[in-house]
Amino acid sequence: MTIKDLIDNGFEPVLVISENTEIKTAYTSDLLSDVLANGKEDSLLITIQAHKNTVAVSSIVGIKAIIICNNRRIPDDMKQLALNEKVSILRTKDDQFKTSYIVYKLIYGNE
Amino acid sequence: MNQFPFNPKDSPQIIHELLLRMKVKDAMSRKIHTVSKKNTFRDVQHIMREHKISGVPVVEHDRLVGIISLDDLIRAFDNNYVEDKIEKYITKDVVYLEEEMPLAIAISYFNKYPFRRFPVISKNKKLVGILTSRDILVKLISELDKEISALEEKITVPPVSIDNELNADFLVKRYDFENAGNASSSVKRLLEEKNISPKIIRRVGIITFELEMNIIIHSLGGKIIVNMDPEKITIIAKDRGPGIPNIELAMEEGFSTANEWIRNIGFGAGMGLPNVKRFSDEFEIQSEVGKKTVVKSIVYLNKE
Repeated sequence: MTIKDLIDNGFEPVLVISENTEIKTAYTSDLLSDVLANGKEDSLLITIQAHKNTVAVSSIVGIKAIIICNNRRIPDDMKQLALNEKVSILRTKDDQFKTSYIVYKLIYGNE
Repeated sequence: MNQFPFNPKDSPQIIHELLLRMKVKDAMSRKIHTVSKKNTFRDVQHIMREHKISGVPVVEHDRLVGIISLDDLIRAFDNNYVEDKIEKYITKDVVYLEEEMPLAIAISYFNKYPFRRFPVISKNKKLVGILTSRDILVKLISELDKEISALEEKITVPPVSIDNELNADFLVKRYDFENAGNASSSVKRLLEEKNISPKIIRRVGIITFELEMNIIIHSLGGKIIVNMDPEKITIIAKDRGPGIPNIELAMEEGFSTANEWIRNIGFGAGMGLPNVKRFSDEFEIQSEVGKKTVVKSIVYLNKE
């Protein structure tokens, strides 16, 4: 799955580094220490933590994109850091549960 | 005696330099309450009480001619001449400082003479101020404050990085969420430049980030020190307290003392130290309550 697939499926592109970025898997969590411990490389993070620390954590773990749920407002300094750290940000009105379901289907199909 | 609490000659270079650089006129108080020879001890008593001071210079046409101390006043009370003019009781050879003298010299005066204050005169012998040891200490502390702040600014830059070695220090401030992750991002970049394997960089990044967050959330402030030699990367987090009362508990996953607003932004889940340990090859923690906590983590380069 690429970031383009996410945009085509209704996710709002807030800051996209490259539409062709390949996403291998995803992780859903609002605990940043949990993301540090369990997040995977070349993955996507589904969360409601819309602030720059989320970008810092993603960059360290190797997460390529963040989906912010519940249409939370994304502060400018988060976008700026994301640009520097080359992490894409998308947004959705859905909550983490529904978002995880949609993303799971996009990555793994209906298996 | 009223010895100074330290000898500038044995002090660190910076204090020595400051005391040479700063002049008596920089530290003295210019608000002086004086009397003339014609005043009585009773007048001196009123001035001392009103201005809460313990020494009053005696002047004649702006020139210093003596000083009346609290001791002189007490003597006047003891011997019943409080209502007398001070004229015949003032010390003729009064010890004074000159306004252009460095503070280091002033300190030597405090150590040499039993006085707790010295009048200060200008080049043309006019009385311009009065200097107490408190004045010197207050001035010294405010100057040190500026000097140390300036030093702290310099501390974080630049990391020394040669071949396959690295030495980097990062200052981490309490509740500085704005700059959270700066140390770990810098370390990550420095290691990438050295072509360290991404797996090692990721582990070091996670360790550094958690330790950085710990200092931000739980300590009064501290430092992250990262060293790399051909064999291993060592990450040390040092803080200035308040220390961990129960390390065993702090190492337990899910235990946290973080407050509500810290939890709201996704931290303080009680996973920090356990995460550091999980990603380290060697892990060590020492803490003294009221003093400091030091965490040392080692990641070997040849173990993936």
